[in-house]
Order: sequence, then structure tokens, then C-alpha cells
Amino acid sequence: MGPTILIIRSNLTRESAMAQSLRGTTFRGRGIRGAEARYGWAFVAPAILIIGVFLVIPIFLALFVSFSNWNGLGSPLNNSALVGVDNYAKVLVEPGLAQRDFGLSIRNNLYYVIIVVPLQTALALFLAVQVNRRILRGRGFFRTAFYFPSVTSSVAIVTIFIFLFTASGAVNAILGFFGADGPNWFADPSGIIHNLLAGVGVTSAPDALLAAGPLGLDWWSWLSGPSVAMCVLIILAIFTTSGTFMLLFLAALQNVSGDIDEAAMVDGAGPFRKFFSVTLPMLKPTLFTVLTLGLIGTWQVFDQIYLTGKGAPGKTLLTPAYLAYDTSFKGLNWGEGAAISFILFIIIVSFTLLQRYVLRDRDLGRSGERRAAKREKQFRNEAAVGAAQIARKQEDSISQGERR
Amino acid sequence: MKYRKWSAVLLAAGVVASLGACASGGGDSADGPQKLTMLIGSSGDAETSAVESATTAWAADNNATVEVIAASDLTQQLSQGFAGDDAPDVFYMGWDQFSTYASNGYLEPYAADLANAGEFYPSLVDTFTYDDTFTCAPKDFSTLGLIINTDLWAAAGLTDADVPTDWDGLEAVATKLTTPTTVGLSFGLEYARAGVFMNQAGGQLVDGDTVVADSDENVAGLEYLQKLHDAGVLKWPSEISAGWAGEALGAGKAAMVIEGPWIKGIQGDFPDTNYAAFELPAGPAGPSTFTFTNCWGIPANSDTKDAAVSLVEFLTSDAQQLAAADAFGVIPSTESGAAEYATKYPENASFVAGADYAVSPVNFAGSATVISDFNAQLESLIGGDAKQILGTLQTNLQAALDEANGN
Repeated sequence: MGPTILIIRSNLTRESAMAQSLRGTTFRGRGIRGAEARYGWAFVAPAILIIGVFLVIPIFLALFVSFSNWNGLGSPLNNSALVGVDNYAKVLVEPGLAQRDFGLSIRNNLYYVIIVVPLQTALALFLAVQVNRRILRGRGFFRTAFYFPSVTSSVAIVTIFIFLFTASGAVNAILGFFGADGPNWFADPSGIIHNLLAGVGVTSAPDALLAAGPLGLDWWSWLSGPSVAMCVLIILAIFTTSGTFMLLFLAALQNVSGDIDEAAMVDGAGPFRKFFSVTLPMLKPTLFTVLTLGLIGTWQVFDQIYLTGKGAPGKTLLTPAYLAYDTSFKGLNWGEGAAISFILFIIIVSFTLLQRYVLRDRDLGRSGERRAAKREKQFRNEAAVGAAQIARKQEDSISQGERR
Repeated sequence: MKYRKWSAVLLAAGVVASLGACASGGGDSADGPQKLTMLIGSSGDAETSAVESATTAWAADNNATVEVIAASDLTQQLSQGFAGDDAPDVFYMGWDQFSTYASNGYLEPYAADLANAGEFYPSLVDTFTYDDTFTCAPKDFSTLGLIINTDLWAAAGLTDADVPTDWDGLEAVATKLTTPTTVGLSFGLEYARAGVFMNQAGGQLVDGDTVVADSDENVAGLEYLQKLHDAGVLKWPSEISAGWAGEALGAGKAAMVIEGPWIKGIQGDFPDTNYAAFELPAGPAGPSTFTFTNCWGIPANSDTKDAAVSLVEFLTSDAQQLAAADAFGVIPSTESGAAEYATKYPENASFVAGADYAVSPVNFAGSATVISDFNAQLESLIGGDAKQILGTLQTNLQAALDEANGN
């Protein structure tokens, strides 16, 4: 009884499979390569497992925590209640210390990103071009030297910088040798734009700038510029990361073949023209990578802050990443800390999308077509003008010949 | 369809495997010695080994083993332990974090039932009382004193009779001690030091349910510091390239500092520096100093509570506290123990004397964030407006207090 039914059923499936294939739909998982998918899954399983357990699940758990009132006691899943967007509101819209701290951290980090990312990219590119030159002697040495800060532990470098930049440290000794009076770097909370303004006699805010700006800070505070202490960290970041990015640019430069360089030279391009119009466009994918990595790294700056005094001086070194840590571990406001992390995540994603838009390939898409059409039109116009000129010249010579 | 089935199986297997891995060693067997873990924020090897030998002595009598872990970052490791349901059985609980932990239900309120509960200093009991319950037993305490470099003191022609007892006296000796290479007085510009001057001027931060941070007395305390700094006889350690005031004292960059008994720690780096500790000079409203203390925290609803309480009772006995004092110089938290300590270590007697009028720095759930903001604001004290700084503190502290009371 049983077997017959089975046979009938299997016949049925086969028939329906045939019917499906006849109808043009493919029946997956059968045929000579049918088992491949199974093995494929088996081989990627360890990776999926690791990413799932250590990345995906924690991220969703953190997202859950950011909407809950979990106080850090036991597992968040059964020890907390959902509180809606309270945690986000506390740092974004409700006036108070939490909002002000978040505003300060965003201001500090924004200046850090705006200064570090362009400078480290430019320096990395400059170093890569120099190291890539064939006439440079000891290229291997320079390559290692420039890359060295990147492989050294950032903790060690920060510690050395702290010693170099103390009030009577090496940097101030050198400045003193030239007669300059160096600031007390790591203890100076004054913003450099404020300092510059003080240099021209503006020491307090004009009334217009005392109006409350976003995130609980007045506009005068937003426009302070990075503090003197932050400037040291900016120098440090440029110093340590440009080596890494130099290596990326170097790899890309070595893919630019010599023919192109020579062709550009034959066409009469000078070194600057060649670099900006030929080499740089060819490095665009690498440039995108470097800028993206730079943006992510600079928005997440943490260890330098942890080592230099937890946001001191005057909270001008506070960054969102450190604030999230501090709010969670010290204040036990885990929901608020998680909310700050997710706001930071959104900031990083939007900055990356923005720079992707700026660096987009202008030959593609509708705008690319429009641009191409415009260029073609221009070309045709020029050609027509040129043809007319040639025709006129020919006419002229003919008429001249006739006159003769 | 096949794909989905396979991936579902894999996902399920993964989840099961990971959950299994996370639930590590749940079942400690009931028989055999009881295992306790203790997390301490140690000041160094001396402290760690002293705590280890004390716990070993208790463990031997109580059929237990105690593993002492010296934390590298106590607050962070505690948070991790509690979040992972794996909190240490006994741990150091700092005064500044105590209320935050107590209000979140982290701590077992065991201290009132201790046999020696009545022997602790009342101000320490106050510090570790949350919601009218004496929660955890104070481990030890320290007060702030005026530490003087005796060599520089003698070189400036000063004698024991010149030790300042009021603000004017402090200013006078600080002026005398200031030379081109040495500043008269130095201490870190933070609430834990500047607050003493605010209290000496008669101010306080919280009065019952209201915050009174912007009172004229508090302003007077900060303005006194501004005055000393403007005169060049007071400098912060960062201005004279020192990591903290103790380093400034040891290196001879400052002749007087305001620190606690932990100043002993500079002997290792600066063995040739001679110093003596005195009570802080009194302000217009009388003497005042801060007391800093840790307690022995026990996690709420812990399985090992009984053993942990017994261990704490042992460790807070006068004999054990004096042994700890011998090893790393802290002051016993019981009045009898502290009295014995004062006779045994006359050089630290002034710290014990300060305990009579010492107050605990402001400490309620959520106050820590406000105080660290105040510390950041204080950096603009020089050349700034004391009243404005205290006004910001007033607003923030009142908001935090309302929130703490609202819960």
C-alpha cells in the first residue's frame, strides 16, 4: 500500500517537474550541478555563522537597546521595557546636559573630520607620487619610513605625542628656540577660530551669534573651530594614517602604465597637467576608497580620546564614539549610549553617500548623457566653424590664384 | 524551496551553537569549597597582595577559595560583569558611582545587618546610604590635607609656627614659597579640590531637595582661587608640566599641594623628597575637607551573598583594616581603627583629624555627569566668571536632582 502511493507521488512530482520545464520555468536544484548549491552553502556556513553571531545579532540587539530603558543589569531582552524614541529625543531635542554634550561631541568631531580627511588624503597622494618616481634613490627606505607610523600601535604614538606636547615638552622647546611661546597644547580648550578672531580684537561673541543653534549650542560655540588640544590630535591622525593610504595610492599608481604617461607627454602635457588631467582621474576608484575609509575612521575616533584624558580639556576632545562609551559604561544609560552610536552610524552613512555623489562617474547616467550630448554639439559646432574656415581659405587661395 | 530549507537549518544550528557557547559553566556544584571572585581597583602590587593574603586567610577558615582580580578599568569591567550576568561576588565600589549603581538596583543592601555596622564613621555611612538604607560597608577612607615640601619650607625661612590655619595665612606662605622655579601651591583644578574651598567659604551644592550651587559663598570660594592664581602663587599641575599635584611636589615644582594619604605613592619616584601633611587651613566659615571612600559592593540577589557578607565582615574588622593600612596606607573606616592608625602613623594623623569635619563630595544618581561637566567648565575659571560657571552647574545639577528624585 505505502510503496505504491510513494511511487505514484514521485511520478506525479516528476510529471509536474516536466510540466514546469515545458512551461519554461526552470526547476532549480536538479541536474548535473544540482548538489553544488548545497556544498556552496556548507562552505559559506562558517562565515555566515561568525558574521551572524558576532555582527548581525549584536547590531540588532544594540538597535533594540537604543529604544529601551535597559540599565545594564542582565540580558537586555528580558530586563528592559521599550520607551520609544526617548533615548534619541534626549540627545537630539530635549534641552539639557545630554543634548549639550552630544552637540559638543558632534562639533569637535566635525572639525576633526573636515580637517583630517582632505589633508591626510592629499598627503598620502603626494607621498605615493614621490615614492613612485623612478629617479628617486632609496625608494624602499622611504616607503617603509612613511608606512611605519601606520603599523605602530596608536597607543604608543599617542603617549609619545602627550610627552612631546606638554607645556615644557620638545615641541615648545623648539618653538622657544625660535622665540615663539608655545601653548600648553593638551590643556588648552580654546578654539583656534576664536583665537584668530581674538587676534583681530574680537574676544566675545557678537549678539547675532549668541542665538541658540542646533543641539543646545549657540552659534558662537559652533564656530569655535577645533581646540588647540584637538589640533594636536589632528596632526597625529594625519601623521599616522597617511602612510596606510599612501600604500593604497601606490598600488593604484603602479597600475597606471608608462605608455599613458608618455602619450600625455607627447601631447604636450607638463607635469602638473599630466598629474591632474591624466593620473588623478585614473586614481578615482582608489580616491573613493581612501576617502570612505578616512571618513569612517575619523568619525569613529576613540582611543586617542580615551588616552588623552577622556574629553578634557573643557570637553573639546569629546567625540560621539567616546560619549557613547562614557554614557553606557559610566552613566549606565545604555539606551542613550546605543542611540548615540546609531546616530553616529547614520552620520557616517550619509557622509559616505554624499562623497559618493560628489565623486560619481560623470560619464554615466542621464546627466552623463546630457554632458556627452553637449560636448558633441560643441564639437560639431567647432568642426563646422573649422570647416567653414578651411573652405574660406581654399576659396581665398583659389580666388588669389585666379587673380594671378 | 530547497535553498531556504538548508539556510534555515544552518541558521538554527548556528544560533544553537552560539547560545550554547555563551552559557558557559552555569552549574557550580554545591559541594566542595565555595568559589568567590573579587574585583578590585588596585593602586599597585602592594595593595593587590595585601588583599590576596587577607582573603586567603578568610578562605582557609570558611571552606572557600577567593580569586582576587585587579581591574585595569574597574567601572568598565563592573558594567560588563553586570550586563553579562557574571558580576564579581565582591568588588570595590567607588563613592562617585555608588548612587548610580544603587539606584539601578545593582547592589545588595547588606551593610545594616553587619555585626560592626555601628562602628563606622557616620559620614561614611551617610555616603553609602541610598534610599535610607545603609547599603554597603565602607572599606576605608581618605581625606584631603595640605602636603608641604619641608625642605623648600625651611629654605624659605618658615617654621612649624607658620603652618597656615586660614586663607590669609595660606596666601602668605604660598607667596613666600613661590620662586622662579617653584610655585607655592598646586592642585588639580576640579570639583574634588575646588569644592573644598567652596565649602570652607560656607557654601554647599545641595540643601535637601534644592540645589544651591550658585550661592555667594561658593562664588567666594572660586574667587579666592582666582585671586591666588592671578597672584602667580597657585598653578595647576598641567601648567607646570606635572601629571598630577603629587608629581609636582615630588619634583620640587610645587612647594605645597592638596592631596590625601595616597601621597605616600610618590616615594617610589622621588625618594629624596621630604614632606609633611597638615590639616587644610580653615576658610571664612570654618574648616572643611572632602572624604573619599570605597565600599565593598555585593551584587543584588547573588547566590554567594552569605559567604560574601562574611568575607566583608572579616575584611572590615579593625585588625584586617590595620593590616591593610600597614600595607598600602589607607585609613581604617571604623572610628576605633582610625584612632589606632593615627597613633601608629603620626605623620598621617592630620588626615584622621580631618575626618571629624569632613564631608562627602556631592553624590546622587546622575550627579557624576554633571560634576564632570563642572570640571570641564572650571577650566575656564582663570580669566572667566565664577558666577557664570556656578550658574551652569546650578541648572544642570538641579535637573539631575529632579530626575533622581522623580524616579
